[in-house]
Amino acid sequence: MRARRIRAIALRLGGALFVLWAVATLTFFAIHLVPGDPAQAILGGPGSQAPQETLDRVRAEYGLDQPLVVQYAAMLGRLLTGDLGTSYSLKAPVAELIGGQLLGTLTLALAALALAWVLAIGLALWSSAPGRVARGVAGAIELTAAALPHFWLATVLIAVFATGLGWLPPVANGSASGLVLPVVTLAVPLAGFLAQLMREHLLDALERPFTVSALARGETASGIRLRHALRHAALPAVQLSGWAIGYLISGAVVVETIFARPGLGRTLLRATELRDVPLVTGVVLVVALVYVLMTVLTDLVATLADPRIRTAAA
Amino acid sequence: MSGAALTVRGLHIGFGGTEVVRGVDLDLAPGRIVALVGESGSGKSVTARALLGLAGRGALVDAERFELDGEDVRGAGERRWRRLRGAKVGLVLQDALASLDPLRPIGREIGDALRLHLGLRPAAARQRVLELLERLELPHPALTIDRRSGELSGGMRQRALIAAAVALDPPVLVADEPTTALDVGVQATVLQLLREAADRGAAVLLISHDLAVVSGIADEILVLADGTVVERGPTAAVLGAPRHAATRALLAAVPTEVPRGVPLLAAARLADPGARVAGSTPPAQAAMSPTGTAPILEAHGLGRAYRSRGGDVTAVEDVSVALRPGRTLGLVGESGSGKTTLARLLLALERPDAGVVRFDGAPWSELTEAARRPARRRIGAIWQDPYGSFDPRWGVARLLRDALTAGGQPGDDRAVRELLDLVRLPAALAAGHPLELSGGQRQRVAIARALAARPEVLIADEPVSALDVTVQAAVLDLLDELQRERGLAMLFISHDLGVVRHMSDELAVMRHGRILEQGEAEQLFAAPQHAYTAALIRHSPRLAWGGDAHGTPSTR
Repeated sequence: MRARRIRAIALRLGGALFVLWAVATLTFFAIHLVPGDPAQAILGGPGSQAPQETLDRVRAEYGLDQPLVVQYAAMLGRLLTGDLGTSYSLKAPVAELIGGQLLGTLTLALAALALAWVLAIGLALWSSAPGRVARGVAGAIELTAAALPHFWLATVLIAVFATGLGWLPPVANGSASGLVLPVVTLAVPLAGFLAQLMREHLLDALERPFTVSALARGETASGIRLRHALRHAALPAVQLSGWAIGYLISGAVVVETIFARPGLGRTLLRATELRDVPLVTGVVLVVALVYVLMTVLTDLVATLADPRIRTAAA
Repeated sequence: MSGAALTVRGLHIGFGGTEVVRGVDLDLAPGRIVALVGESGSGKSVTARALLGLAGRGALVDAERFELDGEDVRGAGERRWRRLRGAKVGLVLQDALASLDPLRPIGREIGDALRLHLGLRPAAARQRVLELLERLELPHPALTIDRRSGELSGGMRQRALIAAAVALDPPVLVADEPTTALDVGVQATVLQLLREAADRGAAVLLISHDLAVVSGIADEILVLADGTVVERGPTAAVLGAPRHAATRALLAAVPTEVPRGVPLLAAARLADPGARVAGSTPPAQAAMSPTGTAPILEAHGLGRAYRSRGGDVTAVEDVSVALRPGRTLGLVGESGSGKTTLARLLLALERPDAGVVRFDGAPWSELTEAARRPARRRIGAIWQDPYGSFDPRWGVARLLRDALTAGGQPGDDRAVRELLDLVRLPAALAAGHPLELSGGQRQRVAIARALAARPEVLIADEPVSALDVTVQAAVLDLLDELQRERGLAMLFISHDLGVVRHMSDELAVMRHGRILEQGEAEQLFAAPQHAYTAALIRHSPRLAWGGDAHGTPSTR
């Protein structure tokens, strides 16, 4: 029993390490496919017009004159020792740069996830309601919400609530009110998607015999939804929340840029433009790590919520 | 009508202009069990639900009198029904695995009624639930109360389901097919608990399509056909001298005591019910193939274990069976005893961990799939859920044509018509889709498919357990006839001892992956060697002619 559990944990850890390695490798080679010269990036970008000998010196210094495979091996070696390297463009340790941005992005993503859940539960309960009209309207809202692109939504929200009504600041200013529009932008499409998923399972649960049993005990219609059906509907959504964090962080690239909000997303965008290999790799690795942790966490929550998984895994 | 728990006069239920229940009268008295029997579609289930105001959305319920525990409930709204449900009338559905919320502990499910009607706080409700579990003899109440239905054994979760319905001791208890699809041992438990509820003063309405189930426990039987009660009376009278054709059809369909080889739905027996009471009709064709014929499909020392994360689970262990042309080997056992695994091993859908399967004197289980393929058409199979084994995009004709050509037969329209004719289906059905067929028709299509390639062996895994008794009887008769016509060697798997007894020449009893005993069917029934077999036979519901409702030997 104990040995089996240890083996399961080891497998999980091994899987996580594999994901991180694969992410680092893919990022490394992908960024080398982007046109541009990293030596230029180190010297301040393509506009810097550095003389040839300076470029050569920088290439030698950073090992950029080595074959790609050697550079790759060097990067892996550094990563293994826990060193994320130094940013080409900002000339500061990558770990420090990320450390300064991580909290902002995580706050954004987690707040958006929480809001998406609240909206999704509301929408799903509404769209699975008995009335045909309510069902149609809520279903349409879900579908539209799920299909909205972040950049469009952000633009509209700014136009209405910042420029038009003046209720909220159009750019992030470090206060809580500055967080509202970015969070809403990220949460709404995700909420539409989660609500569709939950509604399907909610309606399925309402068709099952245990619903009739509960009605026969005198349970109210809302009691059936809240005590029985919602739990069945929430499970698949919980299991998708690990994936949702990945989705939200990639969405943060757009949202942080539009709202001029400091964070990992904006850092990643800038670093990619500048071909800042260590910074890009570092950010992507950290995002992957967050993603892996969230997946483990959601699996854990799902196991707690559903005894059927627990007995299968025991 | 003093002291009546429920009085209904002239109950009509309609859905969008079609009346499914037309003038049903019902009287339930404390301490008595009334059985409402009929085929599916007769309106029994919707009648049962209407008694709780749960006839369904769009149902028009109308009655001249409808009194529940002395209260006129005609035209009661949802709010008033909510107050009555669970407190004045309880409902027990079939399989607790589906009828209890799999995500909630049974204690919460049972406690719901207490919370909703008495407004009990969680701690007080828990105390009451513990007492209830104690009363219904669930072992270790303090532990069981926090378990979910999926974590309990079949008998325990069924007890929990009934506990939830009787938590407030409602004067009326409605049980809708409470034993269908359950193992016989669990069935007996459920019937006993219903009897106990009646003994505590509840008026019980038992809905079933199976007369054998209700005969041992009901005081009175109502036979429903096409939305009207066609016959009613004390159990002994209805079973002993049935007057209506629908009653006789239901009676005839009970296979338990019909000897092997005698068709269940023979016209003669329907017209003269006395013949079956005597139970002495000689087999129409006593000369089945003798035991001595060489087996066509045989297994020696089969073993199969499944690796699961909780450790290896032995599904089949040291099993040897032999199927002979023209003979049926019946295989009984509870769910999870390894019956289906054995079927899959014989079909070589799985590789045994130990032992071998031989087909027609040659190796079978050791062959590669490529080497086995040419001979595959010689073994047919039918499963419990035919719909699940059909490609949902295909119509009936395409399903049959596919089976014909796969078996190397010509797949033309004539062959399809012949195949439909073989299973007594009208040729017009070829144009239909399995979705539009009834359960019995669907199973017939499955049989037609299995026989399309003219196999010599037929593996039938619970082929009738999803069907109504009368439909079941027709399908059993068909299988029997086809076997005789074609000299099929058959493995017939079922958890229903009555069905297996009727169908089998030989019988094997399986438990925990092993065959406990095996032998000539009649001999085994007459003198079971193993205590488990004896218990199976004892628990198996059979028609109790005496109608002695209070001392029910067949269910205790």
